[in-house]
Amino acid sequence: MFDWVHISLPPAQALFGQLLIGLINGSFYAILSLGLAIIFGLLNIINFTHGAQYMLGAFCAWFLLNVLGIGYWPALILAPIAVGITGIVIEQLFLKRIAGLDHLYGLLLTFGLALIIEGLFREQYGSSGQPYVIPPELQGVRNIGFMFLPYYRAWVIVASLGVCLATWFVIEKTRLGAYLRAATENPVLVQTFGINVPRLVTLTYGGGVALAALAGVLAAPIYQVRPQMGSDIIVVVFAVVVIGGMGSILGAIVSGFALGLIEGMTKVFYPEASNTVIFVIMALVLLVKPAGLFGRAA
Amino acid sequence: MQQTVVTRVWAAGLLALAILAPFFLYPVFVMNALCMALFACAFNLLLGYVGLLSFGHAAYLGTAAYVTAHAAKVWGLPPEAAIPAGVAVAAGLGLVFGWLAIRRQGIYFAMITLAFAQMVYFIALQAPFTGGENGIQGVPRGRLFGLLDLGDGLTMYYFVLAMFLVGFAIIMRTINSPFGQVLKAIRENEPRAVSLGYRADRYKLLAFVLSAALSGLAGSLKALVFQFAAISDVYWTASGEVVLMTLVGGLGTVLGPVVGAFILVTMQTYLSQTGSWVTIIEGIIFVVCVLTFRRGIVGVLAPYLTGRRASAEPLPEPPPAVEGHAQGLIEPAELR
Repeated sequence: MFDWVHISLPPAQALFGQLLIGLINGSFYAILSLGLAIIFGLLNIINFTHGAQYMLGAFCAWFLLNVLGIGYWPALILAPIAVGITGIVIEQLFLKRIAGLDHLYGLLLTFGLALIIEGLFREQYGSSGQPYVIPPELQGVRNIGFMFLPYYRAWVIVASLGVCLATWFVIEKTRLGAYLRAATENPVLVQTFGINVPRLVTLTYGGGVALAALAGVLAAPIYQVRPQMGSDIIVVVFAVVVIGGMGSILGAIVSGFALGLIEGMTKVFYPEASNTVIFVIMALVLLVKPAGLFGRAA
Repeated sequence: MQQTVVTRVWAAGLLALAILAPFFLYPVFVMNALCMALFACAFNLLLGYVGLLSFGHAAYLGTAAYVTAHAAKVWGLPPEAAIPAGVAVAAGLGLVFGWLAIRRQGIYFAMITLAFAQMVYFIALQAPFTGGENGIQGVPRGRLFGLLDLGDGLTMYYFVLAMFLVGFAIIMRTINSPFGQVLKAIRENEPRAVSLGYRADRYKLLAFVLSAALSGLAGSLKALVFQFAAISDVYWTASGEVVLMTLVGGLGTVLGPVVGAFILVTMQTYLSQTGSWVTIIEGIIFVVCVLTFRRGIVGVLAPYLTGRRASAEPLPEPPPAVEGHAQGLIEPAELR
């Protein structure tokens, strides 16, 4: 059924197939870098655990389906909530204690947490992937003329765009978002206005983590649910963040999708470089515009 | 630096211990620990004395290991040529990556170096001459200058020890030179160092290249010790481990990275059969160190052991984030 991915078939099929995969990867890059940017804005921490939390989201969905018999649609809500709560616990137990220290300690602490979480899952489930079936409503493929479009992949792109735009809306257009932006700019001043900044910080971390988990649930049926799925993607997302700059929500979304597409195109034209193309682009961006494409000059 | 009698006694004792070590410990284990100790010292030169967190130092360790292994095995070069080849390539890589990475500061620097290291990992995985996931195996140790047969365990041990001491001496000399003082000034307050006329970026780049070259020396030696250039030496886990060794031993202390390396290598050796538990325990050590033990073992113990309260130079507790914003030390990020 999926023979069309093979290179011997017409190039148009392969091209659009890879572009679709690129767009899907791009949506995960976008959601993950969005969460990283929000967390960094308020907590001044680069959340290295982000990849592990993406993996936790996928495993949570897998667990809900295979142990509790709860399907994909409820998992789409339940898994981000559950993982978000673990994020709040992490913030309260660990991150709170290092607030105010040099942010390299935040990176090291969250790196350690990522090692623990990934190690525990590898200990339990090994390195091989657990399959997660596509929900029945989204199974099947549609011929749209120039290519075959699997329904689930179309759904992932639409859903990711929706999540990104909703996050943008909350941050830019709501009162909560205004508090968030203000606290990013000057937490002390915002606190003197009577806003509970520590609670805002906790909820922001939980929210950013929930976004990562949501990406994990969306990814579960496409990629297998594996303990290393997080560490595979997190380094690429770091490169995306360096390219886009963390100063802008829309910038994170645009650069995430664009870099996914470029990666997909590289797979068609020069597959050997598909793993490294994003890092090469990062080097070029550092040469031309060191602050990142959408970043403010340092 | 002012050398007291106590520190001299400690240095002599440790040296005697290192010379006698192969007679009561497994030599390959000590050699591995010495390589990792050199690697950690090179890393600490950057983090502890310049304040640059490179999260991709495995790139230099691993690349040098591959180059030395390839040179010794395929080109048949003797160790006195294969090791400098590895060091040179690591230094060149450090020059390019460092030149790009120092354009960004703080947390971005860590992310950029990590991303470049991941690129090197993918290249090592796919390039035709690196053996993919198997690495380069069966590397001959060769004869040093045609005289010393490094295939002999003890000869190899003393060669590795000598190279470690050379690397360590270079780092000590750097730290205590005027150049090292400028590096520390940049760590403490970069805008002020710049305003005093120091080209901070050049100093940072030179320190980065030096650190990459010495990491490369560690990698080249490791490839000869194990006769094997492993893909795991370029993976991000190796980058994380060197951070952990330095953190456990003590950031910005001279001997801290050595102590940290020996502790971690010992742990890895004893727990190597337990699979993922090594990773889990490393993660726990990271968390505990960051939360409660930021000065590291040597950072805490050194003042007592040398009788000099002021001898250790721990990374100073940085200013709170808000102050950092005001001073322009932290790159501001806004959500607009």
